[in-house]
Amino acid sequence: MSTQYLDATPPHTPGADLPEHPDFLWRNPEPKKSYEIVIVGGGGHGLATAHYLARNHGITDVAVLEKGWLAGGNMARNTTLIRSNYLWDESAAIYEHSLKLWETLDQDLGYPILFSQRGVLNLAHTLQDVRDSVRRVEANRLNGIDAEFVGPEDVKKLCPIVNISDDIRYPVLGATYQPRGGIAKHDYVAWGFARRASDAGIDLIQNCEVQGFETDGDRVTAVRTSQGTIGAGQVLLAAAGHTSTLTDQLGIKLPLQSHPLQALVSELLEPVHPTVVMSNAVHVYVSQAHKGELVMGAGVDAYNGYGQRGAFHIIERQMAAAVELFPVFARAHLLRTWGGIVDTTPDASPIVGRVGYENLFVNCGWGTGGFKVTPGIGWCLAQTLAKQEPHDLVEPFGIERFVSGVLVDEHGAAGVAH
Amino acid sequence: MQLIKCPWCGPREETEFHYGGQAHVEYPAEPAALSDEEWARYLFFRDNPKGRFAERWSHSHGCRRWFNAIRDTATYRFEAVYRPDEPQPVNS
Ligand SMILES: Cc1cc2nc3c(=O)[nH]c(=O)nc-3n(C[C@H](O)[C@H](O)[C@H](O)COP(=O)(O)OP(=O)(O)OC[C@H]3O[C@@H](n4cnc5c(N)ncnc54)[C@H](O)[C@@H]3O)c2cc1C
Ligand SMILES: [Zn+2]
Repeated sequence: MSTQYLDATPPHTPGADLPEHPDFLWRNPEPKKSYEIVIVGGGGHGLATAHYLARNHGITDVAVLEKGWLAGGNMARNTTLIRSNYLWDESAAIYEHSLKLWETLDQDLGYPILFSQRGVLNLAHTLQDVRDSVRRVEANRLNGIDAEFVGPEDVKKLCPIVNISDDIRYPVLGATYQPRGGIAKHDYVAWGFARRASDAGIDLIQNCEVQGFETDGDRVTAVRTSQGTIGAGQVLLAAAGHTSTLTDQLGIKLPLQSHPLQALVSELLEPVHPTVVMSNAVHVYVSQAHKGELVMGAGVDAYNGYGQRGAFHIIERQMAAAVELFPVFARAHLLRTWGGIVDTTPDASPIVGRVGYENLFVNCGWGTGGFKVTPGIGWCLAQTLAKQEPHDLVEPFGIERFVSGVLVDEHGAAGVAH
Repeated sequence: MQLIKCPWCGPREETEFHYGGQAHVEYPAEPAALSDEEWARYLFFRDNPKGRFAERWSHSHGCRRWFNAIRDTATYRFEAVYRPDEPQPVNS
């Protein structure tokens, strides 16, 4: 095993590098009568798509319609883990494409996004976990993705506060390690995309809920919104957990189930946690935010829900696991918990592409893990809309796969965690 | 956490229950006659409403029996629980 990454210096004082942001980041225009492209949903995916439509294809007759405030959905609620060490070629390809974009996104957007490549450890707690992890590391390497399997002692070197004793309920038997993984500042990412898209002439319209559609034959011609009817040459649904409430209006059924997904943060602490640690088996993952909070996530609540909150016993389970793995956390105070609504699919992979109508595209089903793909999917969707045919990297994720049986079964590698 | 009313045991903690997804999904009457498209619909496609949803729950840490419920997915409130052999309550 190589040890080149094991001496990585921990991040410096939390909060020290948080920049001030400008007073105005985007215009707030009135909607026009119609647009060449209407994007429903002003989360990270919708905004990134808008940016790359302008940047890569020179298309700016575009509106992004957001029912609430810009990027106030899952984009504002996620725990910002970024990695590309997925098992299957199809997933690895799009997440790695995205990771490469993250690496230069600051410069591209002319805006700080605080992408911190502090490395991601995925712990293995059973022999089967170890076998699966080693398999994934080998698959990653075949795809040119940085990955190694590290033993418990190296886990301890990378993250000294992990409990590697062998008499705990789920002992740490090792971990996959992706050094290029990390976290970014989710709000800044959204604002950076929004600012560039707005500067390019794209209209970002908040408080504009899409409530229905107008159609003519095999085309959607307009969206009906809380701010009136807006004509559309093409429509992209990028509404994450609420996508099926929209497709229901068109009589299009998608294999989606929306679930609450919760996360929480501690009070601000001195730097104690230099990397990202995830554990699928015990359903917890942790990083330390730039300001110093411990950011923790869990698995989805089992039932379907749209309430943007989840059940308390999920948090209780998650905290029990966290304290066992990181005994020092027993002294930390919980500051805040929240929930988002994520849309899951039967094979734990997204649904991207045309559905039902000639000019209707969906981007959904990213479930618990779609933040990390934000620049990558924006790039691919922009090309998909510009050329009106799927970008190579999203083609495997068409809805047809549920009939053909060519599923992209990422359960093992993606699981409930991220 | 909320109390869920098992039709046999009465109100118990949510942690005693296991969620089973949409209720009243019938196994195909003539499986051999189904097209790939119809199989896909049966296996993978479920309703996902924001609002009233008929779904299956199991009292896995109690009597271990399955039952049905009407639950509002926006408020999470259980509006009715009923046994598998009982008809779905009519929307009032
Ligand atoms: C607690 C939590 C933790 C997570 N952690 C991670 C993580 O660590 N790493 C990771 O990669 N992913 C993570 N995710 C998943 C990630 O947040 C999502 O996959 C991703 O944000 C989805 O894409 P989006 O940003 O466009 O969605 P959203 O930000 O949810 O955007 C969709 C937007 O559509 C709007 N909308 C919905 N309906 C309508 C309508 N009818 N009209 C107009 N607008 C509408 C919504 O208001 C929303 O703003 C997490 C999610 C949650 C909830
Ligand atoms: Zn019972």
